[in-house]
Amino acid sequence: MLKTTLKTMLLAAVAVGAMAGAASAGKLTIESWRNDDASIWKDKIIPAFNAKHPDITLEFTPTAPAEYNAALNARLEGGTAGDIITCRPFDASLELFNKGHLAPLNDLASMANFSDVAKSAWTTDDGATTFCVPMASVIHGFIYNKDIFKEVGVEPPKTEEEFLAVLEKIKANGSYTPLVMGTNDQWEAATMGFQNIGPNYWKGEEGRKGLIDGTQKLTDKPYVNTLAALAKWAPYMGDGYQAQKYPDSQNLFGLGKGAIYAAGSWDISTFRAQNVNMGAFKAPPPAGASDCYISDHTDIGIGLNAKSANAADAKVFLDWIGSDEFANILGNELPGFFPLSNAKVTLSDDVAQEFVNWRGECKSTIRNSYQILSRGTPNLENELWNVSAQVLNGTMTPDAGAAQLEDGLKKWYAPHQK
Amino acid sequence: MRKPASAFAVHGILALYTALALAPIILVIMNSFKAKRAIFNTPLQPPMPWNVDLIGYYKVFGDSSVGIYYLNSIAVTVGTIFFTLLFGAMAAWALTEYRFRWNTLLALFLSIGIMVPIRLGSVSIIQLVSDLNLINTLTALVLVYTAQNLPLSIFILSEFIQQIPKDLREAGRCDGLSEYNIFFYIILPLLRPAMATVAVFTMIPVWNDLWFPLLLAPTGGKQTITLGVQQFLGQYITDWNAVLAALSTAIVPVLLLYVIFSRQLIRGLTSGAVK
Amino acid sequence: MAKPQQHHLVGMSDAAFYRVLLFFLAPAVIVYTTFSIYPLLDTIMNSFYDRQNDGSQLYVGTANFVTLLTDTTWSGPFWNAFWNNCKFFFIHMLVQNPIGLALAALLSLPVLRFRSTYRTLIFMPTMLSVVIIGFTWQLILSPLWGIAKMFLQFFGLGFLFGPWLGIESTALITISLISVWQFVGIPMILIYTALLAIPDELIDAATVDGLNQFQAFFYVKLPLIWPTIGLVSILTFVNNFNAFDLIYAMKGALAGPNFSADIMGTLFYRVFFGNQLQLGDTSMGSTIATMMFIIILCGVMVYLFLIQRRMQRYSF
Repeated sequence: MLKTTLKTMLLAAVAVGAMAGAASAGKLTIESWRNDDASIWKDKIIPAFNAKHPDITLEFTPTAPAEYNAALNARLEGGTAGDIITCRPFDASLELFNKGHLAPLNDLASMANFSDVAKSAWTTDDGATTFCVPMASVIHGFIYNKDIFKEVGVEPPKTEEEFLAVLEKIKANGSYTPLVMGTNDQWEAATMGFQNIGPNYWKGEEGRKGLIDGTQKLTDKPYVNTLAALAKWAPYMGDGYQAQKYPDSQNLFGLGKGAIYAAGSWDISTFRAQNVNMGAFKAPPPAGASDCYISDHTDIGIGLNAKSANAADAKVFLDWIGSDEFANILGNELPGFFPLSNAKVTLSDDVAQEFVNWRGECKSTIRNSYQILSRGTPNLENELWNVSAQVLNGTMTPDAGAAQLEDGLKKWYAPHQK
Repeated sequence: MRKPASAFAVHGILALYTALALAPIILVIMNSFKAKRAIFNTPLQPPMPWNVDLIGYYKVFGDSSVGIYYLNSIAVTVGTIFFTLLFGAMAAWALTEYRFRWNTLLALFLSIGIMVPIRLGSVSIIQLVSDLNLINTLTALVLVYTAQNLPLSIFILSEFIQQIPKDLREAGRCDGLSEYNIFFYIILPLLRPAMATVAVFTMIPVWNDLWFPLLLAPTGGKQTITLGVQQFLGQYITDWNAVLAALSTAIVPVLLLYVIFSRQLIRGLTSGAVK
Repeated sequence: MAKPQQHHLVGMSDAAFYRVLLFFLAPAVIVYTTFSIYPLLDTIMNSFYDRQNDGSQLYVGTANFVTLLTDTTWSGPFWNAFWNNCKFFFIHMLVQNPIGLALAALLSLPVLRFRSTYRTLIFMPTMLSVVIIGFTWQLILSPLWGIAKMFLQFFGLGFLFGPWLGIESTALITISLISVWQFVGIPMILIYTALLAIPDELIDAATVDGLNQFQAFFYVKLPLIWPTIGLVSILTFVNNFNAFDLIYAMKGALAGPNFSADIMGTLFYRVFFGNQLQLGDTSMGSTIATMMFIIILCGVMVYLFLIQRRMQRYSF
């Protein structure tokens, strides 16, 4: 008995050794957190590239978003990361470049297709070196279920007051969750909540730059008011929203059980797949606001692992990422990711087009915690997740939340210590 | 169990707890066969002809790599168990049986590993594995898991070796058996029940580990099933049919494997080898 | 760890003796040292250095530890994680191990039918990946799916239901209980094995003396399995202070709300590997890892020198 067991195990152990062979050579692997898009990459983007460059083999190997940064850093340190690295915007990628993990890409011909604003998310502080090709931005706003709006008899709101009135009416109807968002994962509260409606309060770039140069504090009115506006959402969110995860939210709206979804434009494709009859409206400005602002956030870039053994091939691919052809594929295959290049892209998805239209009506800004302000400890982005979720949960007042944010920033950021 | 009343109570408690242990698993498997609306609206209803939908399984098995992932997981788990048991039993034997100068110190040294959090040395481990050119190989996983499981294996096996009557080995020595033969022909067979326990305890964390496959063998068809399921979940997170089907696909073989192993375990436990 | 027994290897030369030792010990020591001890030492080393941007290491002595324990930015989260981890451990000790002991006691009763069926089934959750467990329980407790709510309503207790995983005061307890649910099989099977090893004659003698099953368990069996219960306790301690997966799977690296479910493992992960915009910090991460190591070492020392020494090993 024992002998046969041992023999089986020995055989298996030998098999392990035999399987250990052959690492692949000459193939480009792409690191990304966009595991949702794996099939689009496999079936559309890579074949389109191979039509032009059949000699370069590509493999898209995504890691789940939550694990991406950690796993990528570990693999870069260990020298086992893929050739092509999908870049988070601003400081996270800047750090990778400073550590020598990302190669400079100034000499890439297609870099000329991008504006300085688009490149700013992946450029050194002195503006000298760009290290990722800008790929796409995402826009915040609200997606609504047209059928439910019709049934309840409401129109997309134009001001914050109207927004709350619409929520109240849907709540009174009783059949649907008025506002779909959860606080379990925390980032939704900060990203779909705070960063979605906030630009209207802090006047977009004006406020964002004010925070960076220290002329504005997070305890100033615009930020407290943003948190206060957020706190008003609580009565309209789903039953037990404190334990609701992001996929729960997507399902709640996707199944037609929720009326309004606090969105990022990247959610469009998820809901398209579930055949939701949907429309979109931008973050409704508060009373008395003359201009409107939207969060149009440079979100994805794509760069080159400095230690790649296939750098020449990788650069051919990166150059193609900057091309008009890629911009068109991206914009239409992944509605809700808006190409950052100057290429003229016609979007076939009407909701995606609606999001893009806001660029003409309002002023654009990016998320205020992404540039410079999350370089120290405590990290402003982490603090925003925590505070926004707590304000929505009703366990923290807007004033206390703003105070905690400012205290954290003050600990390490000189312009706020004055 | 003389009185039927107390027997009834004992069975009642055990059955209740068994239900508690199984209900969540059954719930997942049951709902994986149902249509999406039925999953949401009547989660407690078993699959019926009118609400059956196998779309989730089509998606999972449409991904042709599932079979390879299983083989990877089996190879890694079996390889780890084999080396953990063999090396662990050998070391436990030497530490309990022989008196030598560094014995206590070495025993302490080997027990440090029981306390090492699995991820503390990740970055160093990656560098090491990369220097050895073992990235994206199952060998790397087997080596790391063996190193991690050896301390507990030595710990448990030592306890058992101490309980083996001394006369047995002395008799062997008197018969002129070498130390190697005493170990392999007398001690090792007696350790079977303990080894079954160690095997189960080794198998669980190795089969279920997500972290090291993610860092050491994330691509190139070397994914384990746990990593494969995780990647699949990430991709279909909002598609509950696919999610539940993927979870069931991961659950069922583990449970089957366990039931098979469990027979061994019971036989080992009750064979009286230790008593 | 076990003490070497008095033993002389008659008629064996020193060289031959060391060859035997080498043969038995070398494989384990080599694999273990290379893939476990070396990475650990490397990590501890890192906690005395500050990693510079160019990748070089600057020796800073104990500065990292001083920062961790005195700078409120670091000490707040550190002690929060430490106390949460203690709660996590206490819940396991108070719920998991007594249930495990009780189940093992029932299973080891003589003449119990379906014994192996119960044992096999109750152990099942332990076999499953934390990824799967986390996901499953989240679905069950999800207010959206509402299974837990339906269940409570069935007993007329619907008002008790709440989004437990999302509320500061209940998140950690809920996760701890899920962990207990999953791992109760381990103390159960260890104690069960120990109970089976008790010779029947002892029990028979006790029953002849007029003790019933309960008394026999408390007066005869329990004292004999104290060493196993000690072993179970220290394994629980080590596992709990190394825990990470379940909380990460259910609550993410920020272990919210407001870090109420943050334990040492999640804190280490967040600092070492970073989060969304937070960059990984090798030096502070290693410092936290070293502190975890020290905490666990203290616990194990208490066990080895205070508890295990006092327990009499039973031998037959």
